Amino acid sequence: MTQVVTVPRPIRPRLALTVVGFGALALVTCLAAPLVGSTSISIARAFDRSIPFADNVDAQIFFLARMPRVLAAAVVGAALASAGVVLQALLRNPLATPFTLGVSAGAALGAMLAITLGATMTIGPLSAVPLASLAGAAIAATIVYALATRTGRPMSTSVLLLAGVTLNSFFSAVILMVQYMGDFTEAYRTIRWLMGDLDVGSFGPILAALPLIVAAVVIFALLPSSLNLLSVGADSAATRGVNVGRAQRLAFLSSALATSAAVSLAGPIGFVGIVVPHLVRLMVGVDHRVVLPTSALFGVAFLVACDLVSRTILAPVEVPVGVVTAMIGGPFFLWLLVRKG
Amino acid sequence: MPISIQHVSFGYDTRSSGSGTFSLCDVSTTITRGSITGLLGPNGCGKTTLLKLIAGVLRCGQGGIALNDRALAQFSKRELARHVALVPQETHPAFDFSVLDMVLMGRHPHLGTFQLEGPEDLSIAHSCLAATGTAHLAYRPFTTLSGGEKQRVVIASALAQEPEVLLLDEPTASLDLAYQLEVASLLARLNQDHEVTMVVATHDLNLAASLCDSLVLLRAGRILAQGPTRDVLTASMIQQLYDVETDVQVHEPSGHLTVVPIRRRPRP
Repeated sequence: MTQVVTVPRPIRPRLALTVVGFGALALVTCLAAPLVGSTSISIARAFDRSIPFADNVDAQIFFLARMPRVLAAAVVGAALASAGVVLQALLRNPLATPFTLGVSAGAALGAMLAITLGATMTIGPLSAVPLASLAGAAIAATIVYALATRTGRPMSTSVLLLAGVTLNSFFSAVILMVQYMGDFTEAYRTIRWLMGDLDVGSFGPILAALPLIVAAVVIFALLPSSLNLLSVGADSAATRGVNVGRAQRLAFLSSALATSAAVSLAGPIGFVGIVVPHLVRLMVGVDHRVVLPTSALFGVAFLVACDLVSRTILAPVEVPVGVVTAMIGGPFFLWLLVRKG
Repeated sequence: MPISIQHVSFGYDTRSSGSGTFSLCDVSTTITRGSITGLLGPNGCGKTTLLKLIAGVLRCGQGGIALNDRALAQFSKRELARHVALVPQETHPAFDFSVLDMVLMGRHPHLGTFQLEGPEDLSIAHSCLAATGTAHLAYRPFTTLSGGEKQRVVIASALAQEPEVLLLDEPTASLDLAYQLEVASLLARLNQDHEVTMVVATHDLNLAASLCDSLVLLRAGRILAQGPTRDVLTASMIQQLYDVETDVQVHEPSGHLTVVPIRRRPRP
């Protein structure tokens, strides 16, 4: 109980140093990950502009075969990690995850229905499954939000939490029923979807998810100092000049946007939204102005690395990335907890 | 008049708050600059509600509150927080903020959305820690402090807002005798040295007697009496306020009133 907080440095150099450091880590991970795979390639040749792209096999493997998957991991990792940070502060609960609010269960139900009913509708680069999961996420988020704000008074974070958890269980039950009613092939596809998969095939799905991610990031940028105060208490925040209702709405909206974009792109990949923020807090302290950007960057590195493990450790067989995040994240998290205590 | 409260009524929405259905009813008072006003009354009489209304956390249902002759509704949240700070009964941060972090959060209303605190804010935070005798705790995690230390740190955080008006909700509840005295003398000193106007909600009648220039007595959401401490803090008023028979005497060595409760005596 007598540990001393070890970061008395002023915020500006601390923020600059961590963003540059973790930014470099994220960048290096994203550039290194596409080099690894069944065919080994050279980064020098991949970036060699003197060879025409059509003849440059290394560049084709780097940019066309492997980069979309790495970028998907980067986007999903950043989105889930920052959504986790925002929700943990909004709900004043360090155990909250991006999936606590039922948004991911809604997305999963949407995807299940699309798979089971064999839906084939597409809009632009979005095929039926991500579209249906986005719709499911939006419906779930709307239900939870409507319940938490139903009386016209400030948002009740306890209702938000309870409604989210309840909706999660409810949707999960419906998903089980849909699986049970479906045939074996569909059931396998749905189970595989639930394990998370970053193999998006091309840049199209990433570009489609990008508007939601960008909107979420813009809102995230407004939030950090409000999140500090909200995590101390709504009344404390209000008396220090935070527009509590607005900050809570923006926090909910941005995390719902980021989570639905991530889940519709790659399925519900667990552990990222809770392990990354906690690791980051252990490394850089609890100030959200540092924690939020750092978590986004560390989320990139974390999920890209996990996906690398998922496609190489048992190659040519792929381990679902959701299994890898849990296998790496869980024990590492416990180890850090024990070490800290 | 820094704070003028005119015919303020407030009701919690019964559908959403469940148990908290009491309200304030037609409360009017003025709080003079540089004074320490005590807010007395039984549990649930509306003390905290009135403080939250003055702090702009809640909005008046009817009537109005003005600060320096300007209605609270005309202040932006940040602007109001530069004038009025509230020290709540208890503070439980969800994360392991350091004491310095907590005090620096008091600078929030002085910073823009994207502005980070600078050297000036840091030196204000350190002087607020010094003023509350908590400078040596600056780098300790807030959650590891004792109750009295926490209370002083939260007061330091409120001071970092550089407010004209400091609202305190039972600042000495749950503190031991030594800390009660320490917080009381801290408030008196801040009032004198920094000319901070204070409104203190409290159940401690002797604290009110020693600290406050004037008192507002609230019962069931209505003002029972108000005025200078010596005029208001009488045995008959306390009887009406709490249904308790007391002996109120001037304590010569300390020079202020003392209240000794004798027995509970419900009104006929």
